[in-house]
Amino acid sequence: MSRLILFPAKVIFSLMVSFAIMALSPAYVNAADPNAFNRLMKPPSDRNLPPAKDGIHDPESVAANTLQPPMESFINLPKSNAGNYVDWVKALESKKIQPRYDKVDPNAQPIVMDLNIVREVKGSMPNVVYPHKQHTEWLDCSNCHPAIFIPQKGANNISMASILLGEKCGVCHGKVAFPVSNCRLCHSQPKTKAKPAAAKESSQAKK
Amino acid sequence: MLMTIFTPKLPRLALLAVILVLTFGLGSLPVAKAEYGDVVINNYSDEAGMRPVIFPHWFHRIRFRCKVCHADLGFKFQAGGNEINMLKIIDGEYCGACHNGDIAWSVENCDLCHSGKPGTPTQAHESTLQKILAPTSTKKAK
Repeated sequence: MSRLILFPAKVIFSLMVSFAIMALSPAYVNAADPNAFNRLMKPPSDRNLPPAKDGIHDPESVAANTLQPPMESFINLPKSNAGNYVDWVKALESKKIQPRYDKVDPNAQPIVMDLNIVREVKGSMPNVVYPHKQHTEWLDCSNCHPAIFIPQKGANNISMASILLGEKCGVCHGKVAFPVSNCRLCHSQPKTKAKPAAAKESSQAKK
Repeated sequence: MLMTIFTPKLPRLALLAVILVLTFGLGSLPVAKAEYGDVVINNYSDEAGMRPVIFPHWFHRIRFRCKVCHADLGFKFQAGGNEINMLKIIDGEYCGACHNGDIAWSVENCDLCHSGKPGTPTQAHESTLQKILAPTSTKKAK
């Protein structure tokens, strides 16, 4: 009997204490261990949250409990360490997902172009190898050419600054495609090993 | 009554567990952390008294390649840059090209798209630009 009465009191008390702890420690994410690994990284428990808990869906909306939680869909897809934490290119290559190339025709096949473009970059970063193959699996030529990239060697001035601001590669990378934190997925050709002549070899598919 | 909360040993441990759960659970609530690539579109929704639209890229890219929407249907690569309204959708443009009860469920399911927290600004969620402009994502959470 007394337990029944006590229960709400306990809940209220614990709420008060938890708010006090939150107020006292700004980095409450890892309050238990101040020297924990990956202190500022998004913990796995915060990734791919269901709509009701994701912070931008209204939990009172019908959608919150109707829409599919991302985790349910991603469970069998190849993993990556950023973005959706899904390796979409691998998922497509391995046919784990089979997105349509046409709105209605499930059998329409993409027009794939296998041509690597190597961009020699300043500084010590490895050169960028841009694979048309993986991009044309998803996209049409007209998506990038000529509005975003002029299809001519040396005609495009690309910098990390413009990419970070959402231009050039940043039109997709950093918004939907893998984020710019994955430096080595683009900067993948070590300078010491590869001579510029190798740049012309389109058949040498990197990765 | 207060004393009884502190006396028994096991309930105290349980209480601690509750406190920890609440601290970590509630502590991370104010941060917007929806799926990478989700696009919030709030061009007209707030004014019209509807919840803003949340478009989940991840869900759609499992079913369609980028080309279908961004080349065939004419969606620009810009959050909120397409001036989509319900009239166009009902006429079969933009979302309405598929959300017509044929390829995907139809427009009468208002709340499935209009599902964002009221007042959420138009954005490409978790985009690099968003992180550069607002490094402390807690502040802009409304």
